[in-house]
Amino acid sequence: MAFENNVDIDHPIHDVRTEAIKNFEEKGFPSKKDEAWKYTSLNSLRNTDFSIFPKEANALEYKDVKKYFLHEIDTYKIVFIDGIYSSFLSETTHDGVDICLMSSALTKPMYKQVMDVYFNKAASKDESLTSLNTAFSREGAYIYIPKNKMPKKPVEIIHFATGNEASLLLQPRNLIIAEENAELQVIERHQSLTANEVLTNSVTEIFAAKNAIVDYYKVQNDSSKASLIDNTYIQQKDTSVVKVHTFSFGGKLTRNNLNFYQNGQHIDSTMKGVTILGEKQHVDHHTLVHHIEPNCESHQDYKGIYGENATGVFNGKIVVDKIAQKTNAFQQNNNILVSDKATINTKPQLEIFADDVKCSHGCTIGQLDEDALFYLQSRGIPQKEARALMMYAFANNVLESVRIPELKTRINKLIAKKLGVNLGFDL
Amino acid sequence: MLKINELHARVEEKDILKGINLEVNAGEVHAIMGPNGSGKSTLASVIAGKEEFEVTKGSVVLNGEDLEDAAPEERAHKGVFLSFQYPVEIPGVSVTNFMKTAINESRKARGLKDMPANEMLKLIREKSEMLEIDRRFLSRSLNEGFSGGEKKRNEIFQMAMLEPKLAILDETDSGLDIDALRIVANGVNKLRSKDNAIIVITHYQRLLEYIVPDFVHVLHNGKIVKSGGKELALELEEKGYDWIKNEAVV
Repeated sequence: MAFENNVDIDHPIHDVRTEAIKNFEEKGFPSKKDEAWKYTSLNSLRNTDFSIFPKEANALEYKDVKKYFLHEIDTYKIVFIDGIYSSFLSETTHDGVDICLMSSALTKPMYKQVMDVYFNKAASKDESLTSLNTAFSREGAYIYIPKNKMPKKPVEIIHFATGNEASLLLQPRNLIIAEENAELQVIERHQSLTANEVLTNSVTEIFAAKNAIVDYYKVQNDSSKASLIDNTYIQQKDTSVVKVHTFSFGGKLTRNNLNFYQNGQHIDSTMKGVTILGEKQHVDHHTLVHHIEPNCESHQDYKGIYGENATGVFNGKIVVDKIAQKTNAFQQNNNILVSDKATINTKPQLEIFADDVKCSHGCTIGQLDEDALFYLQSRGIPQKEARALMMYAFANNVLESVRIPELKTRINKLIAKKLGVNLGFDL
Repeated sequence: MLKINELHARVEEKDILKGINLEVNAGEVHAIMGPNGSGKSTLASVIAGKEEFEVTKGSVVLNGEDLEDAAPEERAHKGVFLSFQYPVEIPGVSVTNFMKTAINESRKARGLKDMPANEMLKLIREKSEMLEIDRRFLSRSLNEGFSGGEKKRNEIFQMAMLEPKLAILDETDSGLDIDALRIVANGVNKLRSKDNAIIVITHYQRLLEYIVPDFVHVLHNGKIVKSGGKELALELEEKGYDWIKNEAVV
């Protein structure tokens, strides 16, 4: 493999990769026969001849891609173009915290100790697409926040795909570590700028040590030729709080495998999502919370609005181990279908082995409330705008916990745009 | 202003309005009273254009224009306002932003530009003071977590903002304590003018002590069975609805 030219084959990563290749070769791409992939077919992607490594690095002007950044505020930026780091568009730091590159972390001796402890320790060794990433990924974001530290500003991780490769397969690999009492905010975005096919198979490992707070925002508003398989693995220790918000507004096929492992007590894990899809777009939210120890909480709240021929899946798995007493696990998935041809498959999956727990789950699929619509119309608001206002209201409580005001404004604008309305004020 | 002729309406195959005739002129306040299930709220919804109700016969004419084909928002643009018995909660949309949207949509329909921001703020300040509404209240999500009294006061605030020609107040007194009732009624009275008309729908006479009507109509079984002056409300309060029902049968 070409990328191994850059890698010390004596490095433990080499063995990890060999194992991963073996696992992928055994299992191959998941198919609809796999229970976890029942409603999401990768056939159209499997039949595309993707090029794994781009031949050359492409350049982008900041002014052309500024709109994809949260440019209203200052942020650290880790930017990749066709999988290759763009120092020109990035703003990294080593000032008290490390916000830099996976390739550095994997190769430089100074990071070896951290890598030995964390790299590939949360990610599944069993799941074939994660193995594919482990085997072939060579770049991504590396963020290390030492004890009691907090970066001065949020971090944006952005992957751009340009049109130069016919069909591009990107495999970013992110490692994010917040040590004891550290705090961090991350925004991740994948943006295709080409009409060609792009497939991203991303793996992110997040470690939150005791008392750490991590807010992670995934903004998925990609082109109709871009597909994303996101595999995120989160390990939490005592009293840590990790919140992941996923905003799915576009893309051809998006699969979010979001996995939380609670390795400690008094942990709070939160997963929230707003999905607004149209055309023939497909999103599959597959969540897992594994309650391993007692006295922890998890909260899931996913709202979906599906129009045209869009399809959606929500599969929320909660596992409560026998010793994980006093667990509070909540899961909510509400959907509105605004077209006869749109579909949603929603499925809670609870495996509870402890007897003193509070677990609740609920899923709904419905249409807009006609009485509410009449109320808004009777105030002079036309039907289209009234429907948009109601959909916005429906999704709203997911936005309440977004802690970066400028991001919240941005998401609100995306929602208004997605709903095709101008309400005369910024939602 | 409003002319209702021989109006019949049904919902899900069930006839509810069975020939309503009513004429309301500018400057007048009409009260429509009646027992539960007599069709009061249906009449309000039909005037405001709720599509769930099918008008099978008759017409609703506003300022000479038949409203038959007008959508609810078009009726609003023509000056119809309905204060709801159960206002709907809209999380994430503040009272202020909601009013901005409503006012500017009405202006757009009349070919006007958006109301300038400073003018809007002035209007909001004026009307909220009139209804003794706390400013913090205006940045809260519309009706979300509002008490019954707050919801009703907010309805009248919207009426004040939109300045309708014809306002229909559907059970505005229900769920209000006496102080809230007084504030709401005072607000409505301040909005009375020779150019607009108000229809007050209520089960009880209590509200009519504060909003004194020019005419009182009794609705029973989908028809107006008795009309009179404000003293009719007192009579109903004293005798209940049974004598009307009996009279209607005869």
